[in-house]
Amino acid sequence: MIQPSLSQSAIAPSTPRRYLKPSVFWSIRQGFPRWLSLLLIGVSLAIPLVLWSVVSYGGWVPPLFLPTPTRVLQAGWQMLTRENLLWDVWVSCGRVAGGFALAAIVGVAMGIAMGTFHSMESVFAPIVGTVRYMPVMSFVPLIVIWVGIGEDAKVLIIFLGVVLYNAVMVADAVKFIPNDMINVAYTLGGDRRDVLFRVILPATFPSILDTLRVNVSGAWNYLVIAELVAAKSGLGFKIIQSQRYLQTDKVLFCIALIGLIGLLIDYGLKALSRALTPWADQTRQ
Amino acid sequence: MPQPDSAPLSFMPSASEPLSAVHPPKLAVQAVGKTYVTRGKPLVVLDEISFELAAREFVCLVGASGCGKSTLLNIVAGLVPPTTGEVQVDGMAVLGPGADRGMVFQGYTLYPWLTVAQNIAFGMQLRKLPKAEQRDRTAYYLNVVGLTAFAQAYPKQLSGGMKQRVAIARALANEPEVLLMDEPFGALDAQTKEQMQQFLLNLWAQTHTTVLMITHDVEEAIFLSQRVYVMGSHPGRLTHQVSVPLPAARDLDIKLSPDFIAVKREVLHALRQEH
Ligand SMILES: Nc1ncnc2c1ncn2[C@@H]1O[C@H](COP(=O)(O)OP(=O)(O)OP(=O)(O)O)[C@@H](O)[C@H]1O
Ligand SMILES: [Mg+2]
Repeated sequence: MIQPSLSQSAIAPSTPRRYLKPSVFWSIRQGFPRWLSLLLIGVSLAIPLVLWSVVSYGGWVPPLFLPTPTRVLQAGWQMLTRENLLWDVWVSCGRVAGGFALAAIVGVAMGIAMGTFHSMESVFAPIVGTVRYMPVMSFVPLIVIWVGIGEDAKVLIIFLGVVLYNAVMVADAVKFIPNDMINVAYTLGGDRRDVLFRVILPATFPSILDTLRVNVSGAWNYLVIAELVAAKSGLGFKIIQSQRYLQTDKVLFCIALIGLIGLLIDYGLKALSRALTPWADQTRQ
Repeated sequence: MPQPDSAPLSFMPSASEPLSAVHPPKLAVQAVGKTYVTRGKPLVVLDEISFELAAREFVCLVGASGCGKSTLLNIVAGLVPPTTGEVQVDGMAVLGPGADRGMVFQGYTLYPWLTVAQNIAFGMQLRKLPKAEQRDRTAYYLNVVGLTAFAQAYPKQLSGGMKQRVAIARALANEPEVLLMDEPFGALDAQTKEQMQQFLLNLWAQTHTTVLMITHDVEEAIFLSQRVYVMGSHPGRLTHQVSVPLPAARDLDIKLSPDFIAVKREVLHALRQEH
């Protein structure tokens, strides 16, 4: 005889079943509503702005410590109209682009070589492992002696700042290619050249774009160090100069401007990577 | 104890004896051994394995997990060098991987950045076949695996069974002398797997490639092949050969026939002796 009531009462109290509680806010890869994502973006932008406004307009801190948003915008308007700030933006973008392009070419090539060949890994690993820990700042005196104080020096500082990160991250991406994906090419008649150019390069291409997107922010970090070296223009130069005259409003505007440029680059590179790799997994959205 | 039908250690194909006396076998594995040294300790993974495949034969290799099946297949493919012995195709020793031995791997190894058609054409492109021939053969094999409608799709848009069909088409489109397969249907559900078995058998009947396939599914091995090799472990070696006296044209119902079950019993007994 089947006695459902008995068996149920026998099981239910001894093993209380636990299920995953549904959650929208804390969802982990289970989909997320668009409106909530936009709302959270808005809130995360609004809170610091509101705090800033309250603290500065409320007169809680002296204007020298933290100027009001209006002051910052006025300072920005003045720099744009009267101090030719766009020229500084142009010059800084040029330095970052030059240094970063160089770091991308050298770093990606080095990373691919290190990830692909044991021999290249052995050749580069000691250099990459040690130099990566040396602060670029400490090389500045040497760079000035070696290449002077012209544009080369600034490009070189940015290059040195990011090239090894590019190399290490690309080398890691190569190592994530499954062995069998490479072996298939061999069993189809491919040689090492084919494997390098037709398997390893396309397989790592999305990761290379991701790496560059992450590391371009590093290039902007090193820009300010680079423009410490006898610069006469540039956003970093403007920040340093404004700091000397205690113009915190100008400092803040330049910092915000760098942030904005970074945001644009980030979205641009994301869109580029979506357009170039329609075949890649959806997890990167 | 060995079964009466199985003849350990002399693993020559029984079907085509007069032929093999004249022609060298399609694939010959001669006294292949493999020893890995891990932390100073040698581990004998394969011990003196010898067997042969005649042209157009379909042979399966079954054995417990970890007995060295994949290692053996990788050695035959030339991807792993053997410690001792050698592998021959058409009587010539092979020294590395090449297009004469196509391989289908257990995992999904399609190139995600290529479409289905480009994946199938990949080997022909590497070997720089004329463009027109590449197109024709790609179209033919797309049709054979029933994926013409998906020619321009990317692998991420395919199901597991479809991906494996493309991988098989990619290997076959390259027209290898020998097709090697390492548990190609291991990741598929029972129904898809049976469909794929029937598909593979029809494909083999059309192309008559020589096939060496690894599987842990005894029914699959018997259904597909003319001979089944049973491998024992520690160290990996061939312990039994079971020939499959079933007609060449088979359908899935044959798995229920008394003949089939008799062969299955034999293989299962052979496998059990190894534990
Ligand atoms: N590179 C290696 N170094 C050391 N030991 C290895 C190496 N590759 C394989 N082995 C060992 O060789 C044995 C056989 O491995 P192999 O992958 O060939 O087994 P298998 O029969 O294919 O198993 P499965 O059915 O689970 O796929 C295992 O015990 C494994 O630990
Ligand atoms: Mg295996």
